[in-house]
Amino acid sequence: MRFGDHGGRYVPEPLIPACEAVAEAFADAWADPGFRAELDTLLRQHAGRPTTLTPAANLSADLGLRVTLKREDLAHTGSHKINNVLGQALLARRMGKPRIIAETGAGQHGVATATAAALLGLDATVFMGQKDVERQSLNVFRMRLLGAEVVPVHAGSRTLKDATSEAMRHWVAHTEDTYYCVGSVIGPHPYPTMVREFQSVIGIEARGQGGIPDYVVACVGGGSNAAGTFSAFLDTDATLIGVEADGGAALTKGAPGVLHGFRGYILQDAHGQVVEAHSISAGLDYPGTGPEHGHWRDSGRARYVSVTDDEVLAATTHLARTEGILPALESAHAIAWVMRAARTGELPRGASVLITLSGRGDKDVPTLMGAHQ
Amino acid sequence: MIFTRDHKQLLPYVTGDITDDWTDIVAAYADAGADAVEVGLPFSDPTLDGPTIQEASFVALSRGATADAIISDVAGAPVPLVASTYYQLVAYAGPERFCARLSRSGFRGLIVPDLPLEESAHLEAVAADAGVDLVLLAAPVTPAARLAEIARRSRGFIYAVSLMGTTGERDTLAPGAAALARALSTRTDLPVLLGFGIATPEQAVDAARGADGIVVGAALMRRVLDGVQPAAVGAFVASLRRALDSGVAADGEVPRDRR
Repeated sequence: MRFGDHGGRYVPEPLIPACEAVAEAFADAWADPGFRAELDTLLRQHAGRPTTLTPAANLSADLGLRVTLKREDLAHTGSHKINNVLGQALLARRMGKPRIIAETGAGQHGVATATAAALLGLDATVFMGQKDVERQSLNVFRMRLLGAEVVPVHAGSRTLKDATSEAMRHWVAHTEDTYYCVGSVIGPHPYPTMVREFQSVIGIEARGQGGIPDYVVACVGGGSNAAGTFSAFLDTDATLIGVEADGGAALTKGAPGVLHGFRGYILQDAHGQVVEAHSISAGLDYPGTGPEHGHWRDSGRARYVSVTDDEVLAATTHLARTEGILPALESAHAIAWVMRAARTGELPRGASVLITLSGRGDKDVPTLMGAHQ
Repeated sequence: MIFTRDHKQLLPYVTGDITDDWTDIVAAYADAGADAVEVGLPFSDPTLDGPTIQEASFVALSRGATADAIISDVAGAPVPLVASTYYQLVAYAGPERFCARLSRSGFRGLIVPDLPLEESAHLEAVAADAGVDLVLLAAPVTPAARLAEIARRSRGFIYAVSLMGTTGERDTLAPGAAALARALSTRTDLPVLLGFGIATPEQAVDAARGADGIVVGAALMRRVLDGVQPAAVGAFVASLRRALDSGVAADGEVPRDRR
């Protein structure tokens, strides 16, 4: 249940039996070859796995590195989120729950949830902060096209953290028929472990495709694509780098705290109140990070750094123009740090660098248009 | 002990610093016959609270409310005090410092809704050392063995959550409330107080039939948010007091299920 000092299950008593049921069902399913085979089939036939590993020849030449990109942007629905959601939706069905709920920020997890629900015949309700509903109207429509109900959340800062709180409130009142499909490696036990396991396919595939690099780099909001990537390289000499948004850098600028059922690094003010994160990428607008990242930070197994919105915009354009790949703004954080570290010499010339490109940038085109005007 | 079992106990709630004159609300509750007052220390992300307490918390935080100031502002209140807040604020201050502050200001109890048995051992010990009762919650879905463990480890009283949901007013008392209170009463000598969704004198009487007392929060904070003055909010608490003492909802009116 714990990752060093982090993790745990800080939920009200009414949610304890529901969390225990999810933990038991996941342990049972993950040990069941039948469940693993069904998930594997869905990942191949529906999500398009394995995703390719692209040697980024032009970017490599430009930076004096050997960069490979794990192409989660090519996964169905446009990001790594589908890996986790297919796993949890199968689990919900196995538990006999006809309905799943989810929180979403940029809308990527919401779209993935709506997709998996449609595929598996489940009802889906997605909670989304009112501010994000306005910023990401295309994804809202996309979720509704897929048959999901989207509930705008007007409480608090009206972003991802409030959508997460509202999903938890809704779950308390509907545990009997509803499964909560958490979108990142956050939340009460077993979610951080379970979501990491469902995302570990990223790292396992990448290691099989490209071996062990000198550096593994991934962006961190809640931290699911990074956790899924890192988990396959923990037993190697690879240096693991998690890249946060400057305005949402809980691991580099936050302190341990308790939010949404877990203890981890959280952005907080001088009185312990959780503060709102600010990033050009809505998907990194979360003031906390998964408990296992907190543990990797404390133990030194992974290092966490942050980049600014300006660096991210420059990296987005650069990758598009050198490799013909438009990354999601979230994923561009990893690119941005590699570009900076190549320039400063922190990444030695010739080093091999695996970057997880967690999603594609189509959803960010309106934001990019605004930023370039 | 914060509460006795010789009459039905009444624990009204106020969000700390919700208004300039919020300590007058505490005094009005005391005058109205509250047995103790629950003082909420507002948190930015209250995941077990419905819209009313969320709004109350938001209003208080927007006014610059802090846990420290609330705890010291209410020191010496003419009624026993029970603090309630989410674990983040306890962890931020540090459990030892937090409990010492509560104790210095005369708080007798502490409710932390997002701290279940698995996580509460440390705070139980720290609170006990500081002379503060850590009150544990029980829910309608809590299995029997867990109810027994909650009954064994809770201090002061047991907070029985009457329904599966967040805080807030409901039209009727939840059907499982009485069964939960009974299940707890057979396992403990501590008073069992029912909370969540109790908004009217009639519901108070219903709830208190199976429990030792009640907690009322959202119904009071809705009035405060609507601009009702402390004395008038106190008058509503007095109506709850009369209902609990007489076992009838209002003068001469017998609750529905007794007719």
